[in-house]
Amino acid sequence: MTLLEVDDLHTHFISRDIDNRVRVAKALNGVSFSLEAGRILGIVGETGAGKSLTAQSVVGLLRPPAKIVGGSVRFEGRELTTMAPDALNRLRGHEIAMVVQNPRTSLDPLTRVGDQLVRLHQVHSDAAPAASRQRALEMMQAVGIPDPQSRARAWPHELSGGMAQRVLLAMALMNAPKLLIADEPTTGLDVTVQAQILDLLRDLVARFDMATTIITHDLGVVAHFCDDIAVMFAGSIVESGPVRDVFAHPAHPYTRNLIGATPERFRVGGARLLGGQPPDLYNLPDGCAFRARCGFATDLCRTPVPRTHVSADHVALCHFAGQLDAAPDAEAQA
Amino acid sequence: MNDPVLTVTGLCKRFPLGRKRFVNAVNHVDLAIAPGETLGMVGESGSGKSTLGRVILRLLEPTEGRILFDGQDITHLPKGRVRPLRRNMQMVFQDPWSALNPRMRIRDLIGEPVRLHMDMARSERDDRTELLARRVNLSTEFLNRTPSNLSGGQLQRVCIARAIATDPKLIVLDEPTSSLDLSVRAGILELLAEIREETKAAMLFISHDLGTVRMISDRIAVLYLGEIVEQGRAEALFETPAHPYTQALLSAHLPSDPAIPVARHVLEGEVPSPIALPAGCKFHTRCPVAIERCRRDVPAALTVPSGQQARCLRIPEGGNILERKEPA
Ligand SMILES: Nc1ncnc2c1ncn2[C@@H]1O[C@H](COP(=O)(O)OP(=O)(O)OP(=O)(O)O)[C@@H](O)[C@H]1O
Ligand SMILES: Nc1ncnc2c1ncn2[C@@H]1O[C@H](COP(=O)(O)OP(=O)(O)OP(=O)(O)O)[C@@H](O)[C@H]1O
Ligand code: SF4
Ligand code: SF4
Ligand SMILES: [Mg+2]
Ligand SMILES: [Mg+2]
Repeated sequence: MTLLEVDDLHTHFISRDIDNRVRVAKALNGVSFSLEAGRILGIVGETGAGKSLTAQSVVGLLRPPAKIVGGSVRFEGRELTTMAPDALNRLRGHEIAMVVQNPRTSLDPLTRVGDQLVRLHQVHSDAAPAASRQRALEMMQAVGIPDPQSRARAWPHELSGGMAQRVLLAMALMNAPKLLIADEPTTGLDVTVQAQILDLLRDLVARFDMATTIITHDLGVVAHFCDDIAVMFAGSIVESGPVRDVFAHPAHPYTRNLIGATPERFRVGGARLLGGQPPDLYNLPDGCAFRARCGFATDLCRTPVPRTHVSADHVALCHFAGQLDAAPDAEAQA
Repeated sequence: MNDPVLTVTGLCKRFPLGRKRFVNAVNHVDLAIAPGETLGMVGESGSGKSTLGRVILRLLEPTEGRILFDGQDITHLPKGRVRPLRRNMQMVFQDPWSALNPRMRIRDLIGEPVRLHMDMARSERDDRTELLARRVNLSTEFLNRTPSNLSGGQLQRVCIARAIATDPKLIVLDEPTSSLDLSVRAGILELLAEIREETKAAMLFISHDLGTVRMISDRIAVLYLGEIVEQGRAEALFETPAHPYTQALLSAHLPSDPAIPVARHVLEGEVPSPIALPAGCKFHTRCPVAIERCRRDVPAALTVPSGQQARCLRIPEGGNILERKEPA
């Protein structure tokens, strides 16, 4: 069953300039994806593409001036965008859990980590404190924290980056969520620690049958830990599909660029990659937002871009999706 | 091969912590870099990469060992005599935002090393500044801006322009692409390769990312707790890593291609504190194939059949220590 269904989500930053004129930054422009239990979706894209904002929009953690101005988010059929704040609060931290981008800022520095886990459980259940404490120890164990009894008494600042990330995961799992969204859960961690955390995450997804989204910059993480991939550019998912299909046959020029820039494909002195500035969200161009950086752009690209099915579940947002031949790293000469 | 630009032997850096306690950040490092060559330095956080880079450039005082730069022993050269050498040894720092004075214009930032180290008239200097900007593919329209008006990738180009401004013989690059997006990173690596080709500068390229290091390095050194555990030609080190730590590091690296299988040797536990280094082999607390002797005996650097040097007591046993499946 589809657990999460995000459809044509639009999120804008609405503010006023010094002359009191309304200014709108169109940060999310029609984001759609769905997620099933037991599957892992990887969201990638350059900095500022809207990855974190997508997560925040889905779980209702937007702060003004950000506002959802269109579209829907359905969780088990329930619409979240219009749900009352306290109902949404109950859902979040219970059935929906999020691990945010910076672990240090999301732990309360003045509370021992064990107590933070217990508190989270108490808020969302009427279990006895002793039962919550027991569960906290179990979850710390589950995320691979050695000697949970003594680590529960640690203060956040005493934890290494890898341990802090594990504690956050334990927090996210305290109430057995059905949906887990992890924003850059391993960014900044060493590769050996990253490997430990990702193995653990995959194990937990299988064990608890969670639907999971990992937001990351690292295509290696997507290639080896995710089932599906969504590639974001300027607030849109420009390509999505099963990981193997998208890596083998990237259909969108931006995806080709991204994959072409990975160590496995990129050759120093080989094809030139098209870098460049992200488009101005206050003034997005008509038609395709990737136009200024795209080696395939034609006049047609000034017109609205169709969602094109490359195969059954592989979709790209490009006028020429599926018609670009050659290997992804040969494209730049075009 | 040309004479090395840089030769380092037995280099140590210990930071005093008071009461006879030290952070042993760099321990008995030997390395050499030839003109036009890039040595990649990989290691996890806290392994001593930045400290090593800074000691080599005499931005930090070495505790022990010897640094030969361009034929001159600079280990204990007084500060006043190091300064003129700066023209020939430059550094690019990890974080471009904090490396640049936010109040200076890009023009003056790039022109600064030229002003400090090269005897040039104002107009000549301006010409050189513009040439450098163009060289790093930075539009000259940026020259009158301040750093806050540039993106991370553009700022890193400014840092590189500064580093190459005086045609140095050695450039130490401390994680120059870690804060950048993939495609921006690719552009910077491309630029560095071109510069190396043109100027024959020797480069020490520091990064915790194996993929990046592989893209740019001729040789690679792997650092663990301040010690080089393995060093050798990039292809050899990637294809037949000899040290168990290198093998674990490589197996934890995820290739950005689902078609490349990964053989995992996940290391347990965390890196020990550099304040109380483990006795014997420093890796023994996490090494999956440690034997009794590893707690006691300090491994010497041995050359393996594929040419690298590695510090592991079990190398003389031959064969692959950790069974590591090769990608299909
Ligand atoms: N207050 C604001 N007003 C206007 N635009 C904003 C505001 N806050 C954020 N944005 C923009 O929203 C966009 C989406 O940001 P988001 O944090 O989702 O990016 P991201 O893809 O997570 O990037 P990163 O990889 O750097 O974490 C960015 O382009 C950002 O500049
Ligand atoms: N000024 C200092 N005083 C005391 N200890 C220091 C000092 N500078 C660095 N250290 C310690 O020396 C060790 C090596 O640090 P260094 O910054 O060189 O590591 P690194 O490999 O560059 O790590 P990273 O990947 O996180 O940048 C660390 O344990 C660090 O805490
Ligand atoms: S629609 Fe046109 S500009 Fe946009 S990605 Fe496709 S070819 Fe490029
Ligand atoms: S010397 Fe022993 S502990 Fe060290 S790497 Fe070799 S086998 Fe492992
Ligand atoms: Mg983000
Ligand atoms: Mg460093």
